[in-house]
Amino acid sequence: MSNKILEGLYYSKSDEWVKVENDVAAIGITFYAQDQLGDIVYLEEVKTGIRLKKGDTLTTIESVKAVAEVFSPISGEVIEVNADVINDPSQINQDPYGNGWFVKIKMSQPDETKELMSAADYSEYRKE
Amino acid sequence: MKLIFEKSVPGRDGYSLPEDQFPKMNIKDFLPEKYLTKDKKNLSEVSEVDVIRHFTKLSKFNYGVDDGLYPLGSCTMKYNPRINEKMASLTNFTYAHPFSSPDMVQGSLELMYRLDQLLCEINGMNQFTMAPASGAHGELTGILVMRKFFLDRGEKRHKVLIPDSAHGTNPASAAMGGFEVVEIKSNERGTVDLESLSQAMDNETVGLMLTNPNTVGLFDEGIVEIEKIVHGKGGLLYYDGANLNASLGINRPGDAGFDVVHLNLHKTFSTPHGGGGPGAGVIGVKSKLIPYLPTPIVSFDENLKKYFFKDVGPKSIGMVRSFWGNFAVLVKAFTWILSLGPDGLYQCSKTSIINANYVLAKLKEYYKPAYDRYCGHECTLTGREYKKYGIKTLDIAKRLMDYGFHPPTIYFPHFEPYADETIMIEPPESEGKEILDDFIKAMIAISKEAKENPDLLKSAPQRTPIGRTDDVLAVKRPILTYDDELKFKD
Repeated sequence: MSNKILEGLYYSKSDEWVKVENDVAAIGITFYAQDQLGDIVYLEEVKTGIRLKKGDTLTTIESVKAVAEVFSPISGEVIEVNADVINDPSQINQDPYGNGWFVKIKMSQPDETKELMSAADYSEYRKE
Repeated sequence: MKLIFEKSVPGRDGYSLPEDQFPKMNIKDFLPEKYLTKDKKNLSEVSEVDVIRHFTKLSKFNYGVDDGLYPLGSCTMKYNPRINEKMASLTNFTYAHPFSSPDMVQGSLELMYRLDQLLCEINGMNQFTMAPASGAHGELTGILVMRKFFLDRGEKRHKVLIPDSAHGTNPASAAMGGFEVVEIKSNERGTVDLESLSQAMDNETVGLMLTNPNTVGLFDEGIVEIEKIVHGKGGLLYYDGANLNASLGINRPGDAGFDVVHLNLHKTFSTPHGGGGPGAGVIGVKSKLIPYLPTPIVSFDENLKKYFFKDVGPKSIGMVRSFWGNFAVLVKAFTWILSLGPDGLYQCSKTSIINANYVLAKLKEYYKPAYDRYCGHECTLTGREYKKYGIKTLDIAKRLMDYGFHPPTIYFPHFEPYADETIMIEPPESEGKEILDDFIKAMIAISKEAKENPDLLKSAPQRTPIGRTDDVLAVKRPILTYDDELKFKD
């Protein structure tokens, strides 16, 4: 499971991951989520500056199989968007925890990470 | 195969006109510059026989309901009897002009009037409009009728409830109607979770859009409770008639309490679709909603003994389509209903349900069903078990083409945790046991191949004119026009 779930990240029940550095959180979707979706062909652009509450729809993602919503696992303001992944969404399949990140959010309530799962909990949650 | 553009020979054409007897004129003397095309259009220069052979060859690559089983779940790809076409091509219908005075086309009006009566009887509704051109168009029309109904009553309702199993067009139609979409989870039986529904249903909610049997092919036996919950809060029930093929003569949406239904005449009522259309997404309503229907509807004047176009009145949502709907489709649906009669319609739904349950029973040990219970007119299996052999559901579907069948619907419906890697099979009533047995044999053979020789599936299809297409590239970089830069590669 080592490449499928990364230690040190936080995980949501709707299969997003959060990587925290100081008060900034990078967000993407997990290996499990991209595997479920299959070949990803489109990621809806997110505007920097928008403010999101935990659970708000962050963006929409489209694969050859399905269209899915991606929810923001934490509250805050979008300060950076990964333009590369919008141009080439297949990076989400290739490297979900690295180049496949979606946005960076300046967290307004950093305590919310406590409500998310650890790698071990998420691994248990998505056990096949 | 070459594209028609690549068959072009400079100077070749498919017609010959008599020698020009008129003096040459310059187009610029007659039309302002701004209306003239600047760039040269890249039209293919070919003869008539080139065109005929090109498109005949293309047509041989095709696979349709006239070729064999087309078990595309949720699409009701049934055989379309030829008598439908014969009736629709009667010259009194084909030569009728939409602007004809009603006196001159009484037969056409009578057909629309009587079709309305038949559809009302079959579905337990009070009035149909024939205007909408497709299923999704019917949905939007239904949503607009519901919106107008509440606006007229001064009720502020801004939400529409839609199960997670719904067709994607349902939330799209509700959103186009200006409503907020609230998703209702399915329970472990694959039907609407009543508790979630009662929590979500309030007096700010327009109502619920439901398909029954739903997209997993399961009859929602909670419908009596559902009706109480939605109507209890003053809401309306919308019926997506996509799966009506399981209901004819068995249950009527109107009796179950549905206030608006849309029917895909091109599916259940046996008219060509999926490239052979057009469709017709007629909608039927209960009496209280008639004043809001699109205008006009066909009515009968008892005194004059004549059919006429009746204005629906000031509360109507207006027209939703030019003229009177896709009329030829109405003729075909009417023909089909009369050909079968009441007993035939019942037999149609009964046979389609038996067909689907037969396939389910024969295949369930090979492809785990999303829900292991009797189904309606279609069954939902899954390809989950083959993941461990590196096989995707897509590979199973592609391999089926090598066995000469159109693949079923895959990856729809898609909602967790049950409906995942789905294979939805709809064997309509027109299919006999022999062809279903051949299909079942093929599916079982593929199941064996998946375990023993997975490469066979991954490289499928091999026996079709065109191999595996790159569907990622097709979405990301579709090439929709031809130019000389793009040379076709073999």
